[in-house]
Amino acid sequence: MAKITFITSDEQRITVEGFSGSVMALAVENGIKGIDGDCGGVCSCATCHVHVAPEDVSKTGEASEIETDMLELDDHADQYSRLSCQLQISEVLDGVVLRVAK
Amino acid sequence: MRDVSLSENLAENQICVIIGASHAGVNCAFALRKEGWEGKILLIDSDSELPYHRPPLSKTYLHSAEALGQNLLKSPESYSIENIQLLLGIRALKIDRKAQKVQLDNGIWQAYDKLVLATGARAMIPSIRGLSEAKHVYPLRTAADVNGIRDKISKNPSQEVVIIGGGYIGLETAASLRKLGAKVTVLERECRVLARVTAPEMSSFFESLHAANGVSIHCNKQVISIAEDGEKVQVICEDGSSFPADMLVLGVGIQVNSELASAAGLQIENGIRVDETSCTNDPNIYAIGDCTDHFNPHYKRYLRLECVQNAVDQAKIAAGAICGKDVFYDAIPWFWSDQYEVKLQLVGLSAGYDEAVLRKESELVFSIWYFRGNELLAVDVVNSAKAYVWGTKFIKCGEPIDKEKLKNPEIELKSIGR
Repeated sequence: MAKITFITSDEQRITVEGFSGSVMALAVENGIKGIDGDCGGVCSCATCHVHVAPEDVSKTGEASEIETDMLELDDHADQYSRLSCQLQISEVLDGVVLRVAK
Repeated sequence: MRDVSLSENLAENQICVIIGASHAGVNCAFALRKEGWEGKILLIDSDSELPYHRPPLSKTYLHSAEALGQNLLKSPESYSIENIQLLLGIRALKIDRKAQKVQLDNGIWQAYDKLVLATGARAMIPSIRGLSEAKHVYPLRTAADVNGIRDKISKNPSQEVVIIGGGYIGLETAASLRKLGAKVTVLERECRVLARVTAPEMSSFFESLHAANGVSIHCNKQVISIAEDGEKVQVICEDGSSFPADMLVLGVGIQVNSELASAAGLQIENGIRVDETSCTNDPNIYAIGDCTDHFNPHYKRYLRLECVQNAVDQAKIAAGAICGKDVFYDAIPWFWSDQYEVKLQLVGLSAGYDEAVLRKESELVFSIWYFRGNELLAVDVVNSAKAYVWGTKFIKCGEPIDKEKLKNPEIELKSIGR
């Protein structure tokens, strides 16, 4: 189980619990605004972009090559950017804070 | 003060009815709230399942045991939180444009101020002798179709499956069914698979990929009849060849659901004709997604597209326009397909190209860049998100490309501009 906090563009902090699956699916399930996941979670659309809080990067790890490339489609991407469909929920992610990208 | 409250009341009393609750309809409903629509939103679909992602149906949903609930477009609670009324399992029968009402098959005439047609398309059922009487025939468009295929295959995973049509649906289905252990044959009418959508080099790649995975692909096969053969059927082609099948899957394209619009006197061309705000020729009726014939400003022509990108983009444009925003559609289409471990990504539209430039990093990593003269029209990419991203950027900005540099995989894509 992992508690994950999303900060939406209107500065709402929403903490939700997930057990398995992707962080994108968890966000959609909980109606987190700004995470669309248009492609259904196959790293094809870059509509589930989040910025990981710098202190949590050690928990989420680095983006894969394909993910890093896809993130280049988004002008708002930075070194903390991840596509949340590529973040798998496990206890490792417990406590992470993710800011939903613009 | 009084005027303000009056107009607020008016806004709250407005009704937007959306017919079709797949990618386009669902995204439009949520986008309407985001754009500030205060009135009612009714989202109607004849499919009784909670709205789901369609692309995985022929991919992971088919070959994994996952439940449809893992593929929902939005959570069940999201609809009530956004005050979107979902009416599932209900069909719209008729539009009365003058009275601004839609007749539903539950007997209700539903009034609307704004109507959005997101009616999509249905699987084309080809006219083949014996097909309508044949057992174990499955189109592939809805969750119910795929649930049927999953049930049938679970009874005997190694059964013989014939897929009619070597387009994306046919090939994705072939890959998924192979994963489950079926003996799969694909019959394609054209001389190569994916003939309508990609260059010959890409068709060859996918033909080899499927052959290597044990799928038997036959091109130039026009199926003319289906004959009963005990528990099996025989799929008979024009050239006299025949293929036995325990199950037949149809992947021969779609038919636009434009009948409702057509009967209401809306303009129909290659789909429901809409303007740059996704509005039809009736100012209170919009149309979005697979069912529309819309103008693409980048390619300067009318198009009908079957893809998530167009469904979502038009949904947002229509929602903005309905809420009085100054928005218009101007998108570069993109698509994807996953087969085995191969990720195919496509951006732009290659129709009308006169040169296809291959950039090959390795046997399994390459891209095809389609040009008309020096204009980059589209890029098809296998296993290279970098090429997809740079292709997208070059198509959007129109910067000329040095084709010799492009061909050379040693030269980075960011340096291929002239």
